Amino acid sequence: MSQNIRVIPKLDIKGPNLVKGIHLEGLRVLGKPEDFAKYYYEAGADELIYIDVVASLYGRNSLHDIVAKTAKEIFIPLTVAGGLRTIEDIRSVLRAGADKVSINTAAINNPSLIREASRVFGSSTITISIEAIKQSDGSYLAYTDNGREHTGVEVLTWAKTVEELGAGEIMLTSIDREGTGRGYDLELTKAVSEKVSIPVIACGGAGNSQHVLEAVEAGANAVAMASILHYGFIEKHKNLSGYHEEGNIEFLKSGREYLPGIDKVDIGDVKKYLHQHNVPCRYS
Amino acid sequence: MITIIDYQISNLFSVKHACDFLGIEAEISSDKNALLKSQGAILPGVGAFGDAMHNLEKLDLVGPIKEFIASGKPFMGICLGMQLLFSESEEFGINQGLNIIPGKVMKFPAKNQEGEIVKIPQIGWNQIYEPSAEKWKNTPLQAIKNNEFMYFVHSYYAKPDRDESILSLTNYKGLEYCSSILHENVFATQFHPEKSAKEGMKIYSNWAATTLK
Repeated sequence: MSQNIRVIPKLDIKGPNLVKGIHLEGLRVLGKPEDFAKYYYEAGADELIYIDVVASLYGRNSLHDIVAKTAKEIFIPLTVAGGLRTIEDIRSVLRAGADKVSINTAAINNPSLIREASRVFGSSTITISIEAIKQSDGSYLAYTDNGREHTGVEVLTWAKTVEELGAGEIMLTSIDREGTGRGYDLELTKAVSEKVSIPVIACGGAGNSQHVLEAVEAGANAVAMASILHYGFIEKHKNLSGYHEEGNIEFLKSGREYLPGIDKVDIGDVKKYLHQHNVPCRYS
Repeated sequence: MITIIDYQISNLFSVKHACDFLGIEAEISSDKNALLKSQGAILPGVGAFGDAMHNLEKLDLVGPIKEFIASGKPFMGICLGMQLLFSESEEFGINQGLNIIPGKVMKFPAKNQEGEIVKIPQIGWNQIYEPSAEKWKNTPLQAIKNNEFMYFVHSYYAKPDRDESILSLTNYKGLEYCSSILHENVFATQFHPEKSAKEGMKIYSNWAATTLK
């Protein structure tokens, strides 16, 4: 009997807006994160991930208001990521209503933060985000600051280290695939899932339900996805408004040219597909 | 008014948010007098068993919690808050619990009977089911479908000495364990109803409706 796979919408947030880029770059405004979150909750999301995508650059996480609002009306686990550097930073987003945090840059710069944070808040509260880029020799290196900064840290070694330091799970993003819709990096997913015994959330590249199934077959315990669900939401809400007119809003104004190769789906569609392929998940 | 017991360890806000959303009047407090005066109490919990007991002792809450439970008023434990009700836990050495429910708390085995690796902690949704037919009738789980999904986050599970206190069972990688208990006025869940979407919220409203008067 295997474990139920979690299907997790990932919301990249910049200021007051939900955004989406490719390889974590070229961010386009898609709408208000609260609207998307509510819709995903109603549609059967197993958890939500909020990422302050510019936080690391400015050294602060500014999602508190959105997190606080979400926590009052959405009763599934919420993970918050982006720019969290200290025990106090973590405490403050947990107080705002997050259930878990995900840390990348600060963990690589200061691995002892993982041990301390998991001791203070419990391992299951601390997710370590690993952003990987495949190298020409076939190895994977971890990057920080949304794939901008090279760290020289080898992904498999790092994954094992974060487990030993007490991380509760690993959110594994392929920067190469992120936003492309070309599918998860299955080789990466498989290698990390086999290396560690904590849960692995595969992230980056989902373009259709079959990609999600492939990530599960490669060993992922949870699957995070953004564009396919966001497009599904936008498609159903033609008269989207209320987003803040800052940032790149061309996508919303210009009749919404979707990226080719990315399906527009609902969480229910993904789960139905998994269910039909005998993957256990919360589906009824 | 019910008291959400604050023992400086866990994320209490989600429990408070759930109560607020459902219109259940609740206050977060670590004051024993406030606790003893309230109509009902919730012991939430995320974190380590030993630290939790240490904090309850430090805050002088062990006696008041026992007194509260002995008074017969409704008491609800969640996750670590359920485990603390047991006699002892093997988490980081043997630790004594509140000893309300005879039994102990044990770690999930690293491998199951088929030799497969068991990912610990269990993080995610799993099903709860009745140990015997109609067990949930007139309990806080009465509006819940058998085999409904709930959200779990834990590395340890509780094993009551007496099967009668087991309200629901759950199977994780082949290991069947107790996922909620009902023992007189004490109701407790290993899963997080406040993170289990609408079905979980039904458990709070049911608990409040059937026990708080």
